[in-house]
Amino acid sequence: MEELATQVLLLTASTVRLATPLVLCAMAGLFAERSGVVDIGLEGKMLGAAFAAAAAAAVSGSAWVGLVAAIAVSWSLAMLHGFASITHKGDQVVSGMAINIAVAGLGPVLADAWFRQAGRVPVSGEDARFLPIELPFAEAARSIPLIGPFYAEVVSDHNLLVYVAAVSIPIVAWVVYRTRFGLRLRAVGENPSAVDTAGISVDGMRYRALMVTGLLAGIAGAYLSIAQGAGFTRDMSAGRGYLALAALIFGKWRPVPAVLACLLFAFADAVQARLQGVELPLIGEIPTQAIQALPYLLTILLLAGFVGRAVAPRAIGQPYVKER
Amino acid sequence: MGRTGKSGFGLAMLALALMAGTAAAQDFKPAVIFDMGGKFDKSFNEAAYNGAERFKEETGIEYLEFEVTQEAQREQAMRRMVRNGATIVVVVGFQNATPLETVAPDNPDIEFTIIDAVVDQPNVQSVVFKEHEGSFLVGMAAAMASKTGKVGFVGGMDIPLIRNFAHGYEQGVHYVNPDAEVLVNMTGTTPAAWNDPGKGGELAIGQFDQGVDVVYAAAGATGLGVLQAAADRDKLSIGVDSNQNHLHPGSVLTSMLKRVDVAVYNAFKDSMDGTWQPGAQSLGLAEDGVGFAIDENNRALITPEMEAAIEDAKAKIVAGEIVVEDYYSTQN
Repeated sequence: MEELATQVLLLTASTVRLATPLVLCAMAGLFAERSGVVDIGLEGKMLGAAFAAAAAAAVSGSAWVGLVAAIAVSWSLAMLHGFASITHKGDQVVSGMAINIAVAGLGPVLADAWFRQAGRVPVSGEDARFLPIELPFAEAARSIPLIGPFYAEVVSDHNLLVYVAAVSIPIVAWVVYRTRFGLRLRAVGENPSAVDTAGISVDGMRYRALMVTGLLAGIAGAYLSIAQGAGFTRDMSAGRGYLALAALIFGKWRPVPAVLACLLFAFADAVQARLQGVELPLIGEIPTQAIQALPYLLTILLLAGFVGRAVAPRAIGQPYVKER
Repeated sequence: MGRTGKSGFGLAMLALALMAGTAAAQDFKPAVIFDMGGKFDKSFNEAAYNGAERFKEETGIEYLEFEVTQEAQREQAMRRMVRNGATIVVVVGFQNATPLETVAPDNPDIEFTIIDAVVDQPNVQSVVFKEHEGSFLVGMAAAMASKTGKVGFVGGMDIPLIRNFAHGYEQGVHYVNPDAEVLVNMTGTTPAAWNDPGKGGELAIGQFDQGVDVVYAAAGATGLGVLQAAADRDKLSIGVDSNQNHLHPGSVLTSMLKRVDVAVYNAFKDSMDGTWQPGAQSLGLAEDGVGFAIDENNRALITPEMEAAIEDAKAKIVAGEIVVEDYYSTQN
């Protein structure tokens, strides 16, 4: 029984680690998409940020410098996306995809040119990474039944960016639903002409939304290369940006359901890492391929059966043109 | 008189040999095509690169090279090497086998050497390694170093080649400790599984959570995440292909060496000397094609008793007293 409880706690901790980049990315996408800008470029922003974080941290030896560089790069890419699709009314999907492709090629090329390690940027040294933090009283609290082990295994002992992701959830929800900025953000994605009539710049609102997107996607990228991992490798985001976007749609563009979807994806991933080669009672050993298909199967099942219709912000994907 | 005559003869022979050497060197042009991951991947491709560099250093002959970054480039790269005048093309990696099947018959005068796969063509030399033998030895090291009696394996893409690593490893572990438990995880079923250190690290952590204290990674760049996770959590890891002991000194227990460098070097050298032969060859412990690494970075982790036991088993495998079963033979 104790054994089982420990396994469940460890599984939960693993879910939290895997969910962090998804949550940050989904929150990033939420701002862009709620303002009416499709952001398929989350993957590229995250990958670019991962590269920048690794490069800056490797050179400076400081994780904080890496984080700042990651945010700067992700923010610049978001602005580029805005310039193409807001200022010049370009197609948002094309612009986002262009960012993904450009970053996927540019990262390894620059890494090769600067670090000569086959498109890799290794990061070493304790200060160059965000290492797990043990929260106060974690060991002492272990003896308290239920809450103690949960606190020690699941809540404590993560790196700083995991806590940042956790804190970002209520803040995002508050900003989107309880502030003037949030109200305007939602309005601009639903009915931009109404916002325009009220004397608020639609383009300005969308740019502001993309700034927040850049910030959050930058943190997600830094998490990949200098917190969870140690260094940049080619294509290391491995589709997490798209997965986050799927979670966002899954969650009907609302913060809390989107986070739940991220946790579900992460949980499926954590489970499949632990189920491989394990003999289950009655069923026996499940083939690796079947287990690895689990997250995708879950997605299809839930999308088909449980989520219902996901209604997108009405003005999503349409560049705003003032009526003359 | 006799002495001068002899040395004169020797000189003449030397001059002849030199002439023959330059004559051969003129139309001899080696080329190597690296697989995805690139030539500085600290692992498989880097070993191939080291072999080619050693050849260049010793002979002064430059070689053509190409790093494949997409599937579509494989055949293109081979054809371009031939167009650029290469006389021997070494292609590294099993995924080059299919394109080579079509390129080799089109260029019957060119010598091709493929590493890690077998291509049955009259102008192709196939070099494969007995990974299971090398993995057996590091499996022994893992079992002897483990305090919990549980050891792990993280593979890259789920293919028979990687299963072969795992199969040899398990046998090595059980040779030392029949009761030891081996946890095997594969990262994925697509080539992306070679490039996902985040996932590799998470798989390793999953194994550590289940009591594993030594993990063996055969997963390309994904393995770097495994080694990092082990170093972060004060566990032991085992590297693969190249000597990876230096990546995390004191945490990498040893590395299973696959002497891809020797294979590349030999292919170039034999081709230059005109002794290159087509056909398949399988390099194991007896040929020094696989092995394990001990250097100053892991000296303190491998006790003399461990080393003696491993060397003893190695001698027995070479002598045929221990037969390490390969994965392929279990699949019929």
